[in-house]
Amino acid sequence: MDAGTTSGNRGLAIEQPLIFEQDTKGATAVDLPAVPHVRERLGGMKNTASIGLPGMSEPEAVRHYTRLSQRNYSIDTGFYPLGSCTMKHNPRLNEKMARLPGFAEVHPFQPLSTVQGALELIDTTAHWLKELTGMAAVAMSPAAGAHGELCGLMCIRAAHEAAGNGNRKIVLVPESAHGTNPATAALCGYTVEAVPATADGHVDLAALKQKLGSHIAAVMITNPNTCGLFEKECVAIAEAVHAVGAFFYMDGANYNAIVGRLRIADLGVDAMHINLHKTFSTPHGGGGPGAGPTVLSAKLAPFAPVPQVIKAGDRYDALEHAQSPRAPQAFGRMKGYHGQFGVFVRALAYMMAMGADGLRQASGDAVLNANYIMARLSESLTPAFAGPCMHECVFDDRFLKGTGVSTLDFAKALIDEGFHPPTMYFPLVVHGALLVEPTETESKASLDQFIATVLALAAKAKTGTAAADFQAAPRFTPRRRLDETKAARKPVLRWKPAAESAPKTNGASSPRQAAE
Amino acid sequence: MRYLPLSEPNRRDMLAAIGVNKIEELFRDLPAGPLASARFNLPNSASEIEVERALSAMAAKNLDCAKAPAFLGAGNYRHHTPASLDYLIQRGEFLTAYTPYQPEISQGTLQAIFEYQSQVALITGMEVANASMYDGATACAEAVAMAARVTKRSAALMSGQVHPHYRDVTTTSMRFLDVDVECLAPDPYEIEDLIGRVHSEHACVVVQTPGFFGSLKDYTALANACHEAGALLVVCVTEPVSLGLLKPPGQQGADIVVGEGQSLAGPMSFGGPGVGLFATREKFLRQMPGRIAGETTDEDGRRGWVLTLSTREQHIRREKATSNICTNSGLIALAFTIHMTLLGEAGFTNLASLNHARAVQLAERLEKVSGVRVLQSGFFNEFTVELPKPAMGVVEELARRGILGGVPVSRFYPTYPELADLLLLTATETNTEAEMDALAVALKEVL
Amino acid sequence: MANVTLRYTKEHEWIRIEGNEAVVGITDYAQSQLGDVVFVEVPAAGKELTAGGEAAVVESVKAASEVYAPVSGTVVEGNTALPDKPETVNSDPTGAGWFFKVRLANPKELDGLMDQAAYDKFVAELGG
Repeated sequence: MDAGTTSGNRGLAIEQPLIFEQDTKGATAVDLPAVPHVRERLGGMKNTASIGLPGMSEPEAVRHYTRLSQRNYSIDTGFYPLGSCTMKHNPRLNEKMARLPGFAEVHPFQPLSTVQGALELIDTTAHWLKELTGMAAVAMSPAAGAHGELCGLMCIRAAHEAAGNGNRKIVLVPESAHGTNPATAALCGYTVEAVPATADGHVDLAALKQKLGSHIAAVMITNPNTCGLFEKECVAIAEAVHAVGAFFYMDGANYNAIVGRLRIADLGVDAMHINLHKTFSTPHGGGGPGAGPTVLSAKLAPFAPVPQVIKAGDRYDALEHAQSPRAPQAFGRMKGYHGQFGVFVRALAYMMAMGADGLRQASGDAVLNANYIMARLSESLTPAFAGPCMHECVFDDRFLKGTGVSTLDFAKALIDEGFHPPTMYFPLVVHGALLVEPTETESKASLDQFIATVLALAAKAKTGTAAADFQAAPRFTPRRRLDETKAARKPVLRWKPAAESAPKTNGASSPRQAAE
Repeated sequence: MRYLPLSEPNRRDMLAAIGVNKIEELFRDLPAGPLASARFNLPNSASEIEVERALSAMAAKNLDCAKAPAFLGAGNYRHHTPASLDYLIQRGEFLTAYTPYQPEISQGTLQAIFEYQSQVALITGMEVANASMYDGATACAEAVAMAARVTKRSAALMSGQVHPHYRDVTTTSMRFLDVDVECLAPDPYEIEDLIGRVHSEHACVVVQTPGFFGSLKDYTALANACHEAGALLVVCVTEPVSLGLLKPPGQQGADIVVGEGQSLAGPMSFGGPGVGLFATREKFLRQMPGRIAGETTDEDGRRGWVLTLSTREQHIRREKATSNICTNSGLIALAFTIHMTLLGEAGFTNLASLNHARAVQLAERLEKVSGVRVLQSGFFNEFTVELPKPAMGVVEELARRGILGGVPVSRFYPTYPELADLLLLTATETNTEAEMDALAVALKEVL
Repeated sequence: MANVTLRYTKEHEWIRIEGNEAVVGITDYAQSQLGDVVFVEVPAAGKELTAGGEAAVVESVKAASEVYAPVSGTVVEGNTALPDKPETVNSDPTGAGWFFKVRLANPKELDGLMDQAAYDKFVAELGG
């Protein structure tokens, strides 16, 4: 499909070459003070070769990244009905607070007396997480949800070893679990066995009890689960797990459904990671950074990794060394410095803004929004399980049967309509799954527009004559159905000079190239 | 409640459409007892003004490096970031975007990642880089795990010049994977012999440049020794600005280079979030953890980018994944690549030269203070001094005088009394000669 | 064509027996489920295989799979042309897309495998 213009641009959709294709030798957007004359002391390690980095002026650089940003969808742009991701609004107050010089311009190894406010920030954020979950302790340092899972499992393994039960080698994980669960268990040296689900989308308690024994180290359950349902038997599961001396790990990815309503400790959980970039509004940033603090029961608390912040009177102190007198059983260290401090500031700003009542309202609205979508879309789509759902609902592809339209095609058509598609093909236990999580920060008008669009697309698919149309989607995006097979078969993972690489066909040629 | 758009009429309409009377009915699957008894000893919602007031008060309790001359390093560095950088990363389409799993509507993120990967490969002198990891310390652990997979060996050797946090994070995770990491004693005096210790059961040897104490060393001979023993050489870089002036690890024979990108990506932020650089050789590509962006074409033959080689990752391989990592440090990697673009080759090399010059100026002044000895003959922007008394107390005294004068080594090595007199000092382009004079004067008084 | 038989495993490998050696690959059903194959790894000659153990790797854009050894034995030859042209697994899974040749250690193991009719029925029941 030709752009239909000379430049290859289409209105505000402007083509932008790579920085390497805009290079001007010697150009820079950063003027620095003159380098003083000194006698160099580089130990013979001075580099004499050129590196090959491109350079340009400030206006060119600003334009480059501005144009790049305009090719991105984002929460600020529109709705992300992404199940399990909790794409809620990212308040800018969080950003402003993180940039206060007293938070941004402090070095992790200043004398502790000069960073009492930073330690207080970490401790206060930890306090909120402990209060909300009712848990005894929290390990603040994991950098992401998967990292928090690892923290939880490492505490569990350390606890078993300390009690002489190091021969427990197996972790039970539901078939519906997110891929990080078994990957994490493997990283901890465990073997994973699957726990089947019942037909109505819950963990099969009877099957689980059959598998439990003194060889089981832990059970990892997501609750609400990846099918968007609350595990009703959660307390019974915890009791059965504890009865065989194993630990109960809960994946907290879906915590947004129950935050401010239920204390995790009351479910018998031993460890749960919390995704600050999901439930607590810190921005996704195109793939990170996040934070995955892990709340711990009293039994697991002694094994929490360093660093830890502790309060004595009104002074804050940092425990930075594992197996030291004040952290004798800490299993080690998972992250450099003090953890994702900048993410804590953002999360705490959000927690303070929302308060206990706001968080309760948030989980209520999140569940309300998801059920509203489920009720309205069920007119035409096929929900995989009976309602009510929690904060997300899952549909299977029965509604597309015989239409020639796949879940993937349906999602690409949604892109043309200005929506990011829902999570697709996950959980694996649902065929052709579409997992929809609206979050509480979508207005009713936004939901109604999404619902109307999805129903219209479903109706179009069901005519049975529209498959070609769906397969041609998306039509209106800067790029259409990129070839992932080619990318994997012949990986091109960095820029190489033109002589080495295949001819480029991205429309616009840079004026600089044309002039050469 | 400013972040919650639903009104009461909205809620009533929606409840009616669902067929229930109250939101609480939707929570019917939750256990009744815990639901009823849940109490949270937390304040209720607060206005922006109140939140700002509370957090500003907390921030004011810190002595920040914009207010006091600071000479702090130890893996985290204070540099100037150009004004444009912060505005660009706060564009909503970058800040609030999701992981680019739908490439058609994520070309901004994907192109930036591709450019980032290219820049990281160039500055490290390696062949391929991933889209980043959480931080330098976890990247180091991932590198050792990768070396174990590649060589099918389960032992590693780590230099005493590696950052203690990188060491601790690595030994913690390797213990759970049954990989035995032998860590040599801290090496401020550059006496360790790695070449003599590497053998054919090692998956890798891990070193750092510049070393934790500031040392510069050519690792070419060590790389050869490793390769003869069938082991990989892993090189950590905690200060990537050094790559603007020093021979890159790739040129010295490194197989994997990891590092911390914070110093180029933005403010220190009390040590996090950072961004883990990770680069390796093409032959090891399929064992490299983390996300990767690759170039391809679309339906119309136009060039674009996608996340690729996903089958290494957890969402497909599950328990066979190369790692459990589910994220890169997206926004920080973006900041890194934007800054590198703003600098360009000329700016980057200039910045590095300026850093070294400042460090030399600092060293020259401190050498004139009686009792102070600079340990390294070669360094980049950080070095170790030996004082005539314990450094911890000296640093506290300097702080009382309003100067953040370095990081005492004993902060990292509390069980090594022989290192108690050692102090790590850094100078960057943010330090002026006047500040250095003030430090020298204060140090003289304190000693 | 005496002594040539074709058998199948539940993991969708085919095995074509020629005397006391056999050729192994994945079925057309398997390649269609995987999608475009982007990467393969074949075993080296001399490698010892156990029935049901991992023998090779096949990856598509969205899935990664082990190819299991249908029988125990020693690898005679891996298809070294395949890693450079992984798309052959899609275009010719039962011919040029073969993965490896193995010398059988225990021909009795073949008795436990499905014949063409049984495999066709198995696939039909999968809804494929």
